[in-house]
Amino acid sequence: MFYREAGDFKTSYVDDNQTFPIKFDRYRYYAVLFIAFAIIPFVLNDYWVNAVFMPFLIYAIAAIGLNILVGYCGQVSLGTGGFMAVGAYSCYKFMTGVDIWWGGELLFRLPEFNIFFSVLMGGVMTALVGLLFGLPSLRIKGFYLAVATLAAQFFLVWMFNRVSWFYNYSASGQISAPERGLFGVAISGPNAPAWAMYLFCLVFLAACAIIARNLTRGSFGRKWMAIRDMDIAAEIIGVDPLRAKLSAFGVSSFFVGISGALFFAIYLGAVEVGEAFGIQKSFLVLFMVIIGGLGSIFGSFAGAAFLVLLPVFLKNFLVGGLGWPTDLAAHLEFMIVGALIVIFLIAEPHGLAQLWRVTKEKLRLWPFPH
Amino acid sequence: MKLKLITAVTAAMMAAAPAMADLTFSALSYRTGPYAANGIPFADGYQDYFTLMNERDGGIGGERINLVECETAYNTEKGVECYEATKGQGVLVYQPLSTGITYQLIPKATADDIPMHTMGYGRTSAKNGKVFSHIFNYPANYWDGASIAIKHILDVNNGDISGKKIALVYHNSAYGKEPIRTLEELAKKHGYELTLLAVDHPGQEQKSQWLQIRRERPDYVLMWGWGVMNSVAIQEAVNIRYPMENFIGIWWSGSENDVLPAGEGANGYKALTFHNLGSDYPLYADLQKYVKDAGKAAGAGDQMGTVLYNRGLYAAMLAVEAAKTAQGIHGTAQITPAMMRDGMEALEITEEKMAALGLPNFGPTFSVSCENHGGDGFGAVKQWDAAAGEWKMITDFFQSDQDVLNPLIEEDSAAYAAEANITPRCE
Repeated sequence: MFYREAGDFKTSYVDDNQTFPIKFDRYRYYAVLFIAFAIIPFVLNDYWVNAVFMPFLIYAIAAIGLNILVGYCGQVSLGTGGFMAVGAYSCYKFMTGVDIWWGGELLFRLPEFNIFFSVLMGGVMTALVGLLFGLPSLRIKGFYLAVATLAAQFFLVWMFNRVSWFYNYSASGQISAPERGLFGVAISGPNAPAWAMYLFCLVFLAACAIIARNLTRGSFGRKWMAIRDMDIAAEIIGVDPLRAKLSAFGVSSFFVGISGALFFAIYLGAVEVGEAFGIQKSFLVLFMVIIGGLGSIFGSFAGAAFLVLLPVFLKNFLVGGLGWPTDLAAHLEFMIVGALIVIFLIAEPHGLAQLWRVTKEKLRLWPFPH
Repeated sequence: MKLKLITAVTAAMMAAAPAMADLTFSALSYRTGPYAANGIPFADGYQDYFTLMNERDGGIGGERINLVECETAYNTEKGVECYEATKGQGVLVYQPLSTGITYQLIPKATADDIPMHTMGYGRTSAKNGKVFSHIFNYPANYWDGASIAIKHILDVNNGDISGKKIALVYHNSAYGKEPIRTLEELAKKHGYELTLLAVDHPGQEQKSQWLQIRRERPDYVLMWGWGVMNSVAIQEAVNIRYPMENFIGIWWSGSENDVLPAGEGANGYKALTFHNLGSDYPLYADLQKYVKDAGKAAGAGDQMGTVLYNRGLYAAMLAVEAAKTAQGIHGTAQITPAMMRDGMEALEITEEKMAALGLPNFGPTFSVSCENHGGDGFGAVKQWDAAAGEWKMITDFFQSDQDVLNPLIEEDSAAYAAEANITPRCE
């Protein structure tokens, strides 16, 4: 009934190769985009943006980034928090004007970047750092690579704590986003309206998702997956492991950097590296990817939604709805989220994305399953 | 899945519709996470005082108090979520008890016209009311703390500490880094040598820092710690047989939880404080009668009289007094956050006021003004008596070195004003 290819004729290769070849799927995608861009901005308030949408959008970008590396290319990374920090701190430096010192004297200072380009530069700088820390992946694999990226995590956090240039020599070591805007509307800072912050993050998420989806469908994605499935076989059939692995690290870090920049500049506004981008962040994003589904863009969204929305929902339900004490609710929240993760992974080891795929298969045959 | 969750969240939000009639206060507390041991007594004291006001006085000026508690786990993301969730209910003042969350909320609260009170924590230069219109940090701040600790060391050494070595063991975060600037400035004035030793969150691993202290044998060790970091540091100090009377913690490193694990060895450890200790106050009789015996005590109800419980009481007391002042200024019992801000700016704490509340000599006397949001910087030094199992005040309240601090505050707040495009008020 739903998701039928029957009767959905394609007369050109372009049509046949589009992202959503099934008509129903395509319309659903357009509907989601329409609701996200044209309806939600008019109905949301500060709470919805700051507690629900912004974390969801930003973590979804990070999860897409990590999914490219872990899910598509098979390179385990525990450095996501550190890479997000690179994005955040480069965004901050470009927002406030990068100053270059030599021998105790100010050599020159770049002009302050517009918020859009600051976030983009956050991604670019992170991609460069990601390439650097991706180099060990050429020699080591699996758990050993995870340990190498763990070193990146600790090194980067240490560096941003230690080198005061990164936080413009402020006494507290915090970075705080000054007010910046686009087209006369504040995007960062305390006076930014909720819809503007939401739309800004949504534009980045939509762009990242489309880029990621098309990269993974194209030759890059096929090379990544070949490396993931068996690197020696991939090398024999002509996939260059150097380029495939490093491109995965670069692209993945670019997305993670953008999410870090948005996390700092738009969502939190002030950040302290050890607390905001610590090892827990790396694990959180990795859990999102695993729960959502390795090697699936939709899985990244689902995983981010699961881990961002569920705690907020549980808290509102237990404390606001049932009136329980906050500490009891907080402890119970850990237990429920933990139990659900275990149950989900036992019931469906390939994550929420696989659940969705199975549902689609069922819907395709419904109401006459054979 | 996503859709289902969103509908479910909506339903939960609807169910949690706020009651608008009362005076709403918020408790952004942390009863879970690595800092819970310190967060619980403070939250209990804070809540119990409001409960007492409701039960004994029927609220403030006839308006009942509605206290909204929100769990932050000392995490900035959850803190922001709590702030956004509660601000719509007309919360009069925020006290997040976390320097990290404070930094998040300074611009947000100012833009939303809600005052914030960061008592003995947060951004020190918020003392300058000309720049920070909605942020208050009376009666004392971290830089006062640093100066008070150095003054105490000066006292012990008859006024001369040139050439002495002082080490600072600090939580490697905005909180722990706060005193460094002041300690460096004071080092120039008094000629001591400063060593900085950072401890990363959450602070369970401090072997290398204390190895360095053991090697260099500084004359004094200062500590800016919180949560589990405090007790670990004190245990490590005991292990290397560091003379405890030369080990001085900030007021956040001086609760019973911090010293009890080290047992007998912690005897003589010193910490600062900006309020008095113990439960020997008339107010405690009322707390016992109206709150504890009535079964309305917050949490487990076993924290009464501890250092951090008293600090929670003190924070709530200052908030209630500010609300009373605001009611007086605006002539209405039903005050808004903006009116509360005016009340905080006109707050005056005198000896008579504290005695009338049943807390005689509980804290320093001070008054807040448009220019000065931070009080006069009075603090005292207390010492742990392991045999008796209690803290003892060893000095009176004395003032920090304002000549050194005021220019620093001026400088730091001017930098913030330039960064955030603020024109100074109070002209």
